[in-house]
Amino acid sequence: MLSIDRSIIDAIIAHARRDHPDEACGVVAGPVGSDTPVRHIPMDNAARSMTFYEFDSMEQLRVWREMDDRDEEPVVIYHSHTATEAYPSRTDISFAGEPGAHYLLVSTREPDGEEIRSYRIVDGVVTEEPVQIVEPNVDPHAVQSYKFGQSPTTVDYECSPGR
Amino acid sequence: MAIEVRIPTILRTYTGGAKTVEGAGDTLAALLADLDSRHSGLRGRLITEQGGLHRFVNIYVNDEDVRFLGSLDAKLSDGDNVTILPAVAGGAFGFAAAAALLGRSTSPLSRASGLDLRRPTDQAPQAALSRASGLDLRRPTDQAPQAALSRASGLDLRRPTDQAPQAALR
Repeated sequence: MLSIDRSIIDAIIAHARRDHPDEACGVVAGPVGSDTPVRHIPMDNAARSMTFYEFDSMEQLRVWREMDDRDEEPVVIYHSHTATEAYPSRTDISFAGEPGAHYLLVSTREPDGEEIRSYRIVDGVVTEEPVQIVEPNVDPHAVQSYKFGQSPTTVDYECSPGR
Repeated sequence: MAIEVRIPTILRTYTGGAKTVEGAGDTLAALLADLDSRHSGLRGRLITEQGGLHRFVNIYVNDEDVRFLGSLDAKLSDGDNVTILPAVAGGAFGFAAAAALLGRSTSPLSRASGLDLRRPTDQAPQAALSRASGLDLRRPTDQAPQAALSRASGLDLRRPTDQAPQAALR
């Protein structure tokens, strides 16, 4: 499962929309071993293509070095598909070189919404995983609403007077 | 002579998990041969069958992309740092076109036709294939075109091969 902040997903979507119809691409770095995406790094698509993306080699070196210096690793590698579904193509699968990363795909083919899906790609095998978007103001463990006077430990059924 | 080489995660199976290894060589080609002598198979992931540097592997010498330093002929000195990073690439791009970008003709059609399919051409590919195969490909026929091309090329084209781009990068 990919757990990712709402603010980062919003930034990724904004990047994909900005570059549409070219494919957008980038990385979200996080502390080594934490599996937590923290730092969003939009990358330049050196291919500037509607159907292909490639990190510029010098920019990739700079970013990878920077992550190394900060004890980070690429937790998420994302790119957009601008006319097809948010599923890894054969090209995506062949070129997936970071076995520990979550490969996030955004499809901008519809103007009024994005498909966002995430995958692990290891040794040519694609496994889809759920994307959990973490909202900043909400404690994910809190109960959001109570009905009919229920609490975690008691249940009150509504009673009318006289019964 | 000692050159420190940083190895990306995906190639650490060849170095027993080591993130950096040492090697020696006056040129990048020599260094890779030297590394391969101790980490067998590593060189094969970086150099294509044709003997050139793999299009989607980035190698840097002292933080400069070797493509600007002469590629495999790049000169190395004692104390240099070499970093290897697999290119991060992909996209919705089609299979055959991706094979073309990989710099090798993986499709049976290109081998059979003798065409250089490494660069996509603007000329109608149909015209080129028509000439090469001797078939009239201008109008789609109801006969399975694959069957026609199979006969012409002598190859079994009934099943597409999935293995090719992965094999190229494995």
